Amino acid sequence: MKNNIAVQIDDLTVAYNYKPVLWDIDLEIPEGVLMAIVGPNGAGKSTLIKSILGILKPIAGSVTIYGKSYKEQRSLVAYVPQKGSVDWDFPTTALDVVMMGTYGSLGWIKRPRQKEKKAALEALEKVGMLPFKNRQISQLSGGQQQRIFLARALVQDASIYFMDEPFQGVDATTEIAIINILKELRKAGKTVIVVHHDLQTVPEYFDWVTFLNVKKIATGPVKDIFNDDNLTKTYGINYKVSIQE
Amino acid sequence: MSSAQIEIQIIASLVAIACAIPGTFLVLRKMAMISDAISHSILPGIVIGFFITQDLNSPLLILLAAITGVITVVLVEYIQKTGLVKEDTAIGLVFPVLFSIGVIMIAKNANDIHLDIDAVLLGELAFAPFDRLLISGIDVGPKSLWIIGSILIITIALLFAFFKELKLSTFDKGLAASLGFSPVVIHYGLMTVSSITTVGAFDAVGAILVVALMIAPAAAAYLLTTNLKKMLILSIVFGVFSAISGYWFAHWLDASIAGSITTMLGLLFLMVYLFAPSKGIIAVIYREKQQRIEVSLLTFLLHLKNHDDQRERHVNHLNEHINWQKVRSKTVLELAMKNNMILINNNIVSLTPKGDKFTTQAIDYIITNEDAQIEGMKEDFFLFRG
Repeated sequence: MKNNIAVQIDDLTVAYNYKPVLWDIDLEIPEGVLMAIVGPNGAGKSTLIKSILGILKPIAGSVTIYGKSYKEQRSLVAYVPQKGSVDWDFPTTALDVVMMGTYGSLGWIKRPRQKEKKAALEALEKVGMLPFKNRQISQLSGGQQQRIFLARALVQDASIYFMDEPFQGVDATTEIAIINILKELRKAGKTVIVVHHDLQTVPEYFDWVTFLNVKKIATGPVKDIFNDDNLTKTYGINYKVSIQE
Repeated sequence: MSSAQIEIQIIASLVAIACAIPGTFLVLRKMAMISDAISHSILPGIVIGFFITQDLNSPLLILLAAITGVITVVLVEYIQKTGLVKEDTAIGLVFPVLFSIGVIMIAKNANDIHLDIDAVLLGELAFAPFDRLLISGIDVGPKSLWIIGSILIITIALLFAFFKELKLSTFDKGLAASLGFSPVVIHYGLMTVSSITTVGAFDAVGAILVVALMIAPAAAAYLLTTNLKKMLILSIVFGVFSAISGYWFAHWLDASIAGSITTMLGLLFLMVYLFAPSKGIIAVIYREKQQRIEVSLLTFLLHLKNHDDQRERHVNHLNEHINWQKVRSKTVLELAMKNNMILINNNIVSLTPKGDKFTTQAIDYIITNEDAQIEGMKEDFFLFRG
């Protein structure tokens, strides 16, 4: 059933100052999965996403999105960076941040108009943030800021979504709201790839998982490969989780 | 007002506007110090250009100086990328070297050229009207007016064309890169504009004071608004205000125009820093005081809610039970009365239904930390305004 490969990574090696952060990664991400990338701190999870999106230059290897380079397929991809990667004191409103999601389809110089604004308002509605559209972004709670970031990705109306720790520092309500939206995206046939930290929730939230620690440890359906063996290999300590079915 | 006076004020205002625009983005990108570096390290570019053209207002000189400015940024980033020193150290290493090369070049050739260190550091705005631009013999105004005017028009055109791109890459570099707006291109574009503006402004206000015109108006505007467009407009208004009031201040004192403009910028920032409605020091101190009282009020209301025993709620016992001083107890008691949250009957304090509801909501919020419940309460209480 999952025949199409959404993202194909071959022999990817990325280094900071000649020290490899990712080493010879081969990875196929099938279309329509909701996939978690798990691994310890410094395992290269964010680096993997940034390399796929062309933000970092790999020293070797290739990445293709539906068989073509990222540059050609940019419009198919949406990205949610880590919440901490931006300055939330920036003078702008929630609506304006969501509008930024439309900039990619606009291209250089062209300004967003009514059509883009309408799309942004719809995305805000989907994440339950419409009442906050005119609020300055520093006046939002951590969970609300994360929802704004999610809305900004939704407005791109992409086929593949990359999210870097969307559950970091959010309250329980927001976490449930976010995972429901991610599950809806999967239902609509989208591919969703999430850097995730909370191992306990992997079986509940995701259907696909990739274990990463500089090298790829394992990738596949959660029910087949999310086990103590792979966790131990990834985290280097004897790991025991009880998987609830 | 003589025409020379008017010309000086126009030049100073145009310089202020041309500086305020890139300055706003430098402040938001936390790169204020790079403007200091650029303003000093363009000196060798200016000196070499002057050797070649013998004209301080030649386009070649502006070009050479702008290139030196961009080289400064490249060098700073290169040194920083090695990971051996931090960014501020790299800035502190690069610009004095380039600046001192310029100083030596001026000193070695002091007899041949009309370029002195004073003019470089502080500018010669008062003399600007004397250097006229002649087109086929007709006087069309001071040369520096034409130069800064042209630079300003280009800056404004670029701002309008790339406002979206500048905003996006300043706020979220990662998203900008993933959407195909190269943050590197935008970064160097901004650095080039900053360098060119610095050269254009250099003649009027000198190397040291260019920095003030770039940073102070933007820093003041940042404290007053949460909207990028308004921040740009406010920066421009502050810049022009300081330029004109600074000119008259200098006129009154018979002192340096550049020095006076910078003094006005400093005063203006100080006023905003003290009196800005929400981010100003006075507003912050007031808000903190309010919050302290509100926390006390909540503690007090919670005490009443938790104790049915009349002894615990007797006016005379409240002080010892909550362990507060009399003054504080009185403030809190009055605040609660004023908001109809408590009733006092025979010296026994009890919660009104309103007080009871408020306490429950507040406690719910503190325990669950959920945002939905807080929205309705924000208007009444500073405490929850985050």
